[in-house]
Amino acid sequence: MATDPMAEIRASFFVECEELLESLQDALGEMDEGQHDNETINVVFRAVHSIKGGAGAFGLDALVAFAHRYETVLDELRSGRMEVSPEAMKLFFHAADLLQDHVRAARDAGPTPDGAEDCLIALEALIGGGAGPAPVEEEVSDFQPMGLSLDFGAPEDDLVEAAPEPPVWQICFTPSPALYASGNEPLHLLRALQALGTAEVRCMLDDLGDLDTLTPEDSALSWTILLTGDLSEAEIREVFDFVEDVSTLDITQVTADRAPAEEFGMDVDQGFGVPSGAVDVPTAAPPKDIAPAVAVPALPGPQSPPAASAAKDTAAPTEASATVRVDLDRIDRLVNLVGELVINQAMLAQSVAEAGLPPNSAVMTGLEAFMMLTRDIQDSVMMIRAQPVKPLFQRMARIVREASAAVGKEVRLRTEGEATEVDKTVIERLADPLTHMIRNAVDHGLETPDKRVAAGKSSEGVITLSAQHRSGRVVIEVSDDGAGINRPKVREIAIAKGLIPADALLSDSDIDNLLFLPGFSTATQVSALSGRGVGMDVVRSAIQSLGGRITIHSEPGKGTRFSISLPLTLAVLDGMVVNVAGETLVVPLSSILETATLAEGDIRALGPETNVIHVRGTFVPLYDLGAELGYRHPKSSYDGGIVLLTALENGARSALVVDAIMEQRQVVIKGLQRSYGHIPGVAAATILGDGQIALILDPADLVQNASGRTRAAELALAG
Amino acid sequence: MTADHTSQSTSEVELLSFRLAEEEYSVDIMSVREIRGWTRATPLPHAPAHVRGVINLRGTVLPVVDLSVRLGMPPVEGDARNVIIVVQVGSQTAGLLVDAVSDILALPRSELQTPPELAADTAHSFIEALTIVEGRMIRVLDLTAVLPDDSAEAA
Repeated sequence: MATDPMAEIRASFFVECEELLESLQDALGEMDEGQHDNETINVVFRAVHSIKGGAGAFGLDALVAFAHRYETVLDELRSGRMEVSPEAMKLFFHAADLLQDHVRAARDAGPTPDGAEDCLIALEALIGGGAGPAPVEEEVSDFQPMGLSLDFGAPEDDLVEAAPEPPVWQICFTPSPALYASGNEPLHLLRALQALGTAEVRCMLDDLGDLDTLTPEDSALSWTILLTGDLSEAEIREVFDFVEDVSTLDITQVTADRAPAEEFGMDVDQGFGVPSGAVDVPTAAPPKDIAPAVAVPALPGPQSPPAASAAKDTAAPTEASATVRVDLDRIDRLVNLVGELVINQAMLAQSVAEAGLPPNSAVMTGLEAFMMLTRDIQDSVMMIRAQPVKPLFQRMARIVREASAAVGKEVRLRTEGEATEVDKTVIERLADPLTHMIRNAVDHGLETPDKRVAAGKSSEGVITLSAQHRSGRVVIEVSDDGAGINRPKVREIAIAKGLIPADALLSDSDIDNLLFLPGFSTATQVSALSGRGVGMDVVRSAIQSLGGRITIHSEPGKGTRFSISLPLTLAVLDGMVVNVAGETLVVPLSSILETATLAEGDIRALGPETNVIHVRGTFVPLYDLGAELGYRHPKSSYDGGIVLLTALENGARSALVVDAIMEQRQVVIKGLQRSYGHIPGVAAATILGDGQIALILDPADLVQNASGRTRAAELALAG
Repeated sequence: MTADHTSQSTSEVELLSFRLAEEEYSVDIMSVREIRGWTRATPLPHAPAHVRGVINLRGTVLPVVDLSVRLGMPPVEGDARNVIIVVQVGSQTAGLLVDAVSDILALPRSELQTPPELAADTAHSFIEALTIVEGRMIRVLDLTAVLPDDSAEAA
């Protein structure tokens, strides 16, 4: 793959496509929120156009054909011959989704998506039966000069469109020193003027004295601008709104013939005549260092287009942000190496401590600085892996559109905190549970439009998807403004399914949490969307496998909110280092509820080989980690032993016997799957300060596979 | 696997020979990554007896196979005199715990003989070929058979 240059270019084309699709979705989203300005429409158009162009180069005919027809419709919109209606927006979104499918199909050489033709026909029907073109055109043309002149850098277009006798304005602008002192910048004003129409800018150098008499604090330059465009004086004055009191401004309308230009040309000659050397001009300019940049394009001759387009060029390239595309493997290697560095530093610290050096010796202080640096490097490297959740949220927007169409509800997805960054792996593994939750929200959370109206709400339901950093974790929330959890019904179902006893006393939050029980589904009818046997329990275990937690908050009539709290990275983990039968193990801190020392009466025999302990009114099964992992036989007595109380996914608790608790620390996670394979009860491994490998436990998996033998010492070693 | 193919294409084969319970074994040198001194391995729960555990090989977790146990002999004691030969077969890397490394042998491929079929031996299925060097019989190991099977363990 890597050796084939064509394949590489193709791969980078598809990466670009993903980015373009993302900006397409963004812009469509903005349009959907009522931003119908030309800039937004252009972004949509350009994204589709660029995909078409690239696809053409690779001979991806199906993709080209689709993109072309989509683009044709968008072009109508761009030229203002078509109105943006909610129906049209829906079709645009649908077409964008299909475009994405086409891109994927082209990338993986898969079959072209279904329904493309129907969508295109529907789209093309929009152009055919375009409604009321006249008012629309008027509305859009207000914005037109701005969008076009900036994006396509084609002044001819402007001239052609502005041709029917537009008024020409002469603006004399003389800034006072106070303008510079207050931090204003003439260049920005001139650019703003250029955005309004075709501007011929001349810099007047009359007041510019000799170099030796020049005071840098003074304002020596003034500008005369000939602005051609369909504008009112007020519109031009608006540009100078903030500087009017610190400058002299004279705006007059001149006729469109060339007479003023000649007069103007004389001004320029005069301007050239005064200073003894043109070299002085840029260096002797007012205190702001950008000012010479304006002076320079203003100097060459009376023709305006070069000056205007030069300024446009400088204004345009603000979009390109400096990013580098890096192979994920390289980052992973770097993450690994940094993990190594952290371990090495711990080993170094250990041997320095053993050497018995005084605490303020040079070695110790140096080592401390080294520790700070490694921690900084570790944080920075982890940040490289972090990615904004935006692409994930965009996928959810599509899920909402599809799901709402399937159940016939009007749903709007609001997203917040799209820029929040989370580890790439977390994002990838979050897609499935989030999809399920969004579908649930559409299907179960929101009411049907009639019910919503009856309840005094807008017929359109709102699902909010938000992400934010909160105390070292990422919190992702899915909330709807639906009816909230129907607690009596949930309770009824749980009793009917035998999940809880009929007379169980449950608080509201207890009932809400019943949703997470395996085999629970509130939909009385199994719909195409949810209720296919994949319940919230699967969502919860997926979240928990990422080291996260999920909670529900529901208010009757107001809606339901699911909060997912996740660790920032999967590469390090907060763990409790324990000792069991001479082996060092790490137990994830997130799974430990509390630790306790067993007293004599705590342990009760359950079966012939099993024990339970009595903790705060509940019986918790006792597991001997040493025995479960095959390190030793079950002990004859656990009195005085230390137990870790852990909470399982289904809310059940278990008590794990360990020999000693060593410390609590962050450990770097090293996968075992690649080098060895899955071990029951073990999540991964880590390397300790002494260079030894310690296993990281997966308490849930351990208990699931556990024998529970905590007596019967005469039995053979487990495993 | 890949190592086998590359060595088969040449007429010479280079073998790293080592001692294991007074017997001489060898592996194709193309599959050997490095030789390390003995370090204590962290035992893995529910692992087969011949998997000694995992060690830290410059930041990666490396499973170590006790070759004696794998070949049906009593386990190697594990002290400073033992060495771990790090081998790579395909994408899989593992350490082989042996008594001592003895020699590097270069011999023509034609001198390798297929071992005779002896059903009673568990060890023989791990032996790919036999050869005689200076009167000593040397067994050439089939590494794909020796290493812990990825797919089986992952299941």
